[in-house]
Amino acid sequence: MLRVSLSARRVRHDYQGIVAVAPVTVPYVRYSIRTAHWFLARALAELLRVAGIDKASVDGLCVSSFTLAPDTAIGLTQHLGVAPRWLDHIPLGGACGVVALRRAARAVQSGDADIVACLAGDTNHVDSFRLTLSNFSSFARDAVYPYGAGGPNASFAFLTSNYMREYEVARADFGKLCVAQRENALRFEHALFKKPLTLAEYLDARLIADPLRLFDCVMPCAGADAFLVMSAERARSLGLDGVRVLSTIERHNGFADDPIQVRGGWALDRDDLYDQAGVGPADIDFLQVYDDYPVISLMQIEDLGFCEKGAGARFVRANTFDWNGSFPLNTSGGQLSAGQAGAAGGYLGVVEAMRQLTGVAGARQVSAAAVGMVSGFGMINYDRGLASAAAILAAD
Amino acid sequence: MVREFARPRRKNPVLRTRLPNLPPGGRSRVALGLTAAAALGRFELQRCRDCQAVQYPPVEACSRCLSVRLRWELQSGDGLLIAQTELAHSNDLFFRERLPWRLGMVRLDCGPTVVVHLHGDCLPAPARVRVDARLDRSGQAVLFALPDTETANMADDPQLREFTCDPRFRKVLVTDGRSPLGQALVEHLVKAGADLVWVGQAEPWKQFPGLDALRAMPQVSIVPLDLTDSSSVRELAAEIGGRVDIVVNNAEVHRTHGIGDRQGIETARLEMDVNYFGLLRLAQAFGPALRARAADGPTGAVAWVNLLSIYALSNYPPHGTFSASKAAALSLSQCLRAEMRSAGVRVVNLFPGPMDDEWNQTVVPPKVSPAVLARALITALKSGVEDVFPGDVAQEWLERWRDNPKALERELAG
Repeated sequence: MLRVSLSARRVRHDYQGIVAVAPVTVPYVRYSIRTAHWFLARALAELLRVAGIDKASVDGLCVSSFTLAPDTAIGLTQHLGVAPRWLDHIPLGGACGVVALRRAARAVQSGDADIVACLAGDTNHVDSFRLTLSNFSSFARDAVYPYGAGGPNASFAFLTSNYMREYEVARADFGKLCVAQRENALRFEHALFKKPLTLAEYLDARLIADPLRLFDCVMPCAGADAFLVMSAERARSLGLDGVRVLSTIERHNGFADDPIQVRGGWALDRDDLYDQAGVGPADIDFLQVYDDYPVISLMQIEDLGFCEKGAGARFVRANTFDWNGSFPLNTSGGQLSAGQAGAAGGYLGVVEAMRQLTGVAGARQVSAAAVGMVSGFGMINYDRGLASAAAILAAD
Repeated sequence: MVREFARPRRKNPVLRTRLPNLPPGGRSRVALGLTAAAALGRFELQRCRDCQAVQYPPVEACSRCLSVRLRWELQSGDGLLIAQTELAHSNDLFFRERLPWRLGMVRLDCGPTVVVHLHGDCLPAPARVRVDARLDRSGQAVLFALPDTETANMADDPQLREFTCDPRFRKVLVTDGRSPLGQALVEHLVKAGADLVWVGQAEPWKQFPGLDALRAMPQVSIVPLDLTDSSSVRELAAEIGGRVDIVVNNAEVHRTHGIGDRQGIETARLEMDVNYFGLLRLAQAFGPALRARAADGPTGAVAWVNLLSIYALSNYPPHGTFSASKAAALSLSQCLRAEMRSAGVRVVNLFPGPMDDEWNQTVVPPKVSPAVLARALITALKSGVEDVFPGDVAQEWLERWRDNPKALERELAG
């Protein structure tokens, strides 16, 4: 089926007949002495168990991980003893979940693979975060890391302070999102944070990089998330509930000329996203955004068209964001309250959207969730996040 | 506002001595272009020769037109501070010792957005600033944003002081007080606020012009030091080595000979003994203590200065053996720089053209006066540069040498 996007007159194929099934999580832990391979192996084993299939029937493999080095997806095939006829490695950080989904969907649609296992996971040793930061990219090594070695905290401090000034956002606005997400996390068994968070605790937390305080920053941890992509027919025959992919977008280095990041690639492609899905922002029952820092959540809410650019603060004040709020956001707690298991942070929103749309989200189930959106953001290569992606999913 | 840097209190020897750590020094090869310019006190960025776009971070190809014809060019550094932060946490030992640490993002008027260390007197964003490239303690260039107009205690910003080698409240050894240059160096170091200047005298039994003026300065202490005598150097190091913050090695022997106009090697050997082996002896005796004290408080050990010569770059045949000894010293100074770098002690090389002294009587002007050279050194220490080419002749030689070293060799052959 072809649908002509009205905005850009692009002709794009839909994702008819393809579903994502079997969202799994390898429980997050703060630190682990295991390697990324261990977490990814656990994820694949869990996928096979949940789907009731054997390893040989997985003929596509898609992997994202920061701590797999010196290996990549190809090395992992030997570790895991799989022989896929389609293989991908997606080093896109917070955008890897949506991108894995859209690529895997095309692979299955075209017949290049029948069942694709999409895996993202990382380990976290006591010193891994520092090592990841110091070697994150050549631009970061040359032009960011020597400046205080603050890592993403410093980069997001710039973006946040500029955003607050430019669009009159208060810390309490960010705090409202963080507090709601913690509320959601308390209803998600795998979230690392188990205690409620008050707005006062958020506002008074330890300073990290002005204006960022402790609860503005994700906690790195170890863990993995994964799902399978296959035909709807195959899913039915396996007795698996799936979600359909209504539309997706992906954009990298979207607004290179902006002096400092106030928007991401979503703003370029969102009309495409809604056109292809045949829905609008008002039809979205919940939103899972990439939230390594709350400013980026606000940016996505605006750039994906839920409010005008710069109206984010007003939008936050006019809505509630927990699982049964007026605008359910990051219903499993997001990374800010579930933890950031490296590249799995890019999958967190995808597996949560799948759980919501298949009605297995338990105590945090959004009522009558039929259409949901997942958005990803990744890779602060130098001064801004380069990768952006989003998908609209629907219950099958 | 940054407060005036006050004399640090006397150190309590029971408390820990802060040990040297370096900021992250890893860079791609192309990024070393920024360091090469900053070592000379210049702020250069790559500009595309095809589309003129200025690039940052350093790249291998133009991010606008993909041309690989990129050239490092001087930039004004004027720009707009668009965001700032103050780190209360860092993953790196160097910065953890020095928190809180101010950073900014600046949109340069020439195009790129740059991440910078931020001076304490810069106003909150949005504010005009001036970005400069400075060498950090790892010896690599970083960008530093300063207020666009001079403020009262600009040089005293604690962050900026981590990049400079200000002699104020520091203790300095000047290895030779006999030469007019040595005396000018002492005078300017005292004027710059040095607490104490030890001044070496190779032959303590001899008077020399200017000795009384040196003695008259309360900050000056005349000490016996003969760079050709290992035990003399070691004895002085044993006595004061643990207190010296800046070494200025200005002792030199300069005779005017090539190869054919004089028989024997006695003069050349003496030049080598002072200009090359003297540096080696001094570095072996004073280097370790200097390294150990490189992070010892706000006036810890910070710099090592060598008086080289522009003739170190390319031999000037009328002063052929002197040139060779300075070339040897230049090479050794690179070794010293590498070894001092692990502690963050800066090695500063002075490359003057012919000085206006008795050994350059046949050299036509312009010649560099001792006072000009001394001022250049103080400026270099305060701005933290590594290589100084004071005077018009040195500047011209440098330019010719960078342009085409072989052509310079032919030109100097006369």
